[in-house]
Amino acid sequence: MAKLIQGETGEWEIVIGMEVHAQVITKSKLFSGSSSVFGAEPNTHVSLVDAAMPGMLPVLNEFVVEQAIKTGLGINSKINNTSIFARKNYFYPDLPQGYQISQFEDPIVGEGVIEVDLPDGTTKEIGITRMHLEQDAGKSVHDQHPTKSFVDLNRSGCALMEIVSEPDIRGPEEAVAYLSKLRMILRYLGTCDGNMEEGSMRADVNISVRKPGDELGTRAEIKNVNSLKAVQQCIDYEVPRQIEILEDGGEVVQETRLWDPAKNETRSMRSKEEAHDYRYFPDPDLLPLHVSNDQIESIRKTLPELPDQKKHRFMDEYGLSLYDASVIIAEQARADYYEKVSNDNDSKLAANWVINELLGILNKNETPLSKSPIQAEQLGGLIALITDNTISGKIAKDVFAEMYKTSKDAAAIVEEKGLKQVTDTGAIEAVIDEVIAENPDNVAKYKGGKDKLFGFFVGQVMKKSQGKANPAAVNELLKKKLS
Amino acid sequence: MSELTHLTIDEALTGLKNKDFTAVELTQAHISAVENARTLNAFIVETPEIALKQAKESDKRYAAGEARPLDGIPFANKDLFCTDGVQTTAASKILEGFVPRYESTVSQNLFNDGAVMLGKANLDQFAMGSSNTSSAYGNVVNPWKRSDGSNAELVPGGSSGGSAAAVAARITMGATATDTGGSIRQPAAFCGIAGIKPTYGRCSRWGIVAFASSLDTPGPLARTVKDNALLLASMAGHDPKDSTSANRDVPDFASAMTGDVKGLKIGIPKEFKLDGMPEEIEKLWEQGIAWLKEAGAEIVDISLPHTKYALPTYYIIAPAEASSNLARYDGVRYGHRSSEGANLDEMYSKTRAEGFGDEVKRRVMIGAYVLSAGYYDAYYIKAQKVRRLILQDFEKAYETCDAILTPTAPSAAFAIGENEDDPIKMYLNDVFTVTANLAGIPAISVPAGLDAQGLPLGLQIIGKAWDEEMVFRVGGVIEEAAQFSAMPKGLTQKAA
Repeated sequence: MAKLIQGETGEWEIVIGMEVHAQVITKSKLFSGSSSVFGAEPNTHVSLVDAAMPGMLPVLNEFVVEQAIKTGLGINSKINNTSIFARKNYFYPDLPQGYQISQFEDPIVGEGVIEVDLPDGTTKEIGITRMHLEQDAGKSVHDQHPTKSFVDLNRSGCALMEIVSEPDIRGPEEAVAYLSKLRMILRYLGTCDGNMEEGSMRADVNISVRKPGDELGTRAEIKNVNSLKAVQQCIDYEVPRQIEILEDGGEVVQETRLWDPAKNETRSMRSKEEAHDYRYFPDPDLLPLHVSNDQIESIRKTLPELPDQKKHRFMDEYGLSLYDASVIIAEQARADYYEKVSNDNDSKLAANWVINELLGILNKNETPLSKSPIQAEQLGGLIALITDNTISGKIAKDVFAEMYKTSKDAAAIVEEKGLKQVTDTGAIEAVIDEVIAENPDNVAKYKGGKDKLFGFFVGQVMKKSQGKANPAAVNELLKKKLS
Repeated sequence: MSELTHLTIDEALTGLKNKDFTAVELTQAHISAVENARTLNAFIVETPEIALKQAKESDKRYAAGEARPLDGIPFANKDLFCTDGVQTTAASKILEGFVPRYESTVSQNLFNDGAVMLGKANLDQFAMGSSNTSSAYGNVVNPWKRSDGSNAELVPGGSSGGSAAAVAARITMGATATDTGGSIRQPAAFCGIAGIKPTYGRCSRWGIVAFASSLDTPGPLARTVKDNALLLASMAGHDPKDSTSANRDVPDFASAMTGDVKGLKIGIPKEFKLDGMPEEIEKLWEQGIAWLKEAGAEIVDISLPHTKYALPTYYIIAPAEASSNLARYDGVRYGHRSSEGANLDEMYSKTRAEGFGDEVKRRVMIGAYVLSAGYYDAYYIKAQKVRRLILQDFEKAYETCDAILTPTAPSAAFAIGENEDDPIKMYLNDVFTVTANLAGIPAISVPAGLDAQGLPLGLQIIGKAWDEEMVFRVGGVIEEAAQFSAMPKGLTQKAA
């Protein structure tokens, strides 16, 4: 669904490619043993290597290599048997070595593809160009002193994966869908926590526009895009800006622009900052990284069921719609929860209850699923009571509300409050008789032809039975009594 | 008993074991010698307290019968090796006052084997140079003098000039050094001592200030081949902290010196016969060939066709790596920071302009240039290709020979100030040594004779990768044949 933008000179197509930096889940840094945990006091997770003391040398963290291979397999990409670490040279106070160790010409992961789910219920494949490993920089702090800047090296040397997409993305919805799916896959794999607020996942968005069918236009690279919302917003800002320039006869400048979430705009970074010649060359302190096919295959065996596999299985096995399946697989814990609820129950009914009722109230209360007062087995129990006609769907909602409040089992609540559905015709007939006796006028009107009053009688019977009367039995008996 | 400072390491170890003298006595003799030879400017920092403390511990171990392989042997530590609690400068102002809180793996290995550190030896700044005239802490003076009575002060060679001068002047028994393009072997030749550049990866680079990572090779300097074998055995070994360090057992190098080269094939590379090579150098080379022939070795002519490209290749790769390795000296975390500079960029450029010497600046600029966009393929990539060809030259040559014999340097020591106006001429000092660095293979320089001015000259034996044993074996035979017994003139005068 390539969304086209109507300009003054005709329609424009948006072309987007993304570079996503994802911090690898690992105890220690890419080339040193210091901790990579977020949120410590400044400069407490800094080894001699991270601070680039004279004579210090990098030693590759093998676990990070496994995580990278896992990720590469998770995004359906080729794993390169040989990759090379290279130095990207530039000066900055939060870059102690004066170079970042990255991978340039020979990354660990090559081409691949991700299937993304779009809001209109369709899917689209976005190509992956490559993924490489690199070091994070430290952090410059400018607000602690009137004339001095400080540097925090805790993040210096932390392992990042840079995942580069093909320019296959055609608008903000697709961009958001791509980033969401990528984050979902990384979380399933346990290779990145995807936490954009803490900066453990960051996106650079390359945006250009063109007339449909034309060659690729000149792109602007938007940096500092640190939430799904910001992805949407920066594209919404940048696209009209570029179209306006082009329609006024100008040219888009190839440049790096910064997303300013406060002002809701992108702006050009100083040209000085981007006029870098990084003088990449292979890092002579590190040998080429070789991974064998055996190693790759043994890691492949450890992969969990990935979101798309799960989605397709849920559609095939449980008969869920693409939409329901997509919602449920969005988080691994959610999918696991659903499967427990579904267990011996009607799987579509289970999906409805999980999506509409449970996720509804959790979202409303901003409670994560892990803190849900209702356990999956308990929700399964409630659905079982509906299926075997112990309670009606309507009563079930009351029971659900009570479960959410008290964390009690559905059966216990039903028992305690006497909410069991009444199917005994004698009992229902007695209630109907009472209702008929109390409403002689309406009985007369109904019999006189006012058919619509039937609903009134059903309502009264249900009210008197406190909702417990079986609705089908009520209908049948009422018709008989009123005829 | 001869004067303690004139003993070899091997002799001193015997004397210590036999309780002829104590480690403290041996150390004290060297501390005094260091003090008396300060005009050589061989040390940037002297550490007599550390030396005496270590010597006392050595004596305790001798008394307890728990002596270690180098217990009580004094050594000079090139000031490129980081030393825990002792200033480490790489002979540059940019690191003045820098005191590491860690010990380089190689010097730690020496300490673990009982060696005693006399101080931090002077060197060319960041190990860049062949004359030890680029040190921010002054020139090192070669203890040797020309016999013409001119009394001109000569260079000790470089970059390990302080280490070599100290060993030659009998103010230390051995020294650590590093060899990136010849920085062990050329000063060894200039000072009339022996020095081996082992195979790349044999000794850990961890804790040594980096110059050119793919070439930097730590190794020893000492007066005899055997002393080199003893020192290297302690310095070498796998270090998981250096990814380029090899996980191999360290052989008993000294026992490889069998004195027997019968049947060995010694290659003589025709490309090392340079136009305009001094006659004395050529004569020495002929002499070396004759000695090995007499000892029963077979001499074979070999070809190393890419030799003529070695020097330009080296002067692309080494500066390229250096330009990046030296980026960390930026005034932000340690070392010198300019007090001027209105903004970050100015702070960087002023700090580095004030901190680095001319030769360092020259190489950083060359390095940045050859790595820059548009030039990278023409220079750096091409140099890497030539480097592979040079390695292949050696691999092919070793199909027909066991070791290669060449001169170490194209001249004897020159006077301080000579060659200073012409960097290219200075770079030519490395012409015979750089190939072994580019190929990563072991090579030793052995003192083999004197030139007409009475200055020492060295012969170089180059071996196959990981075959230091062959290098020591052939080197030992050359040493034995040469019977090099001359001593620096200044020294004999002082000793008298």
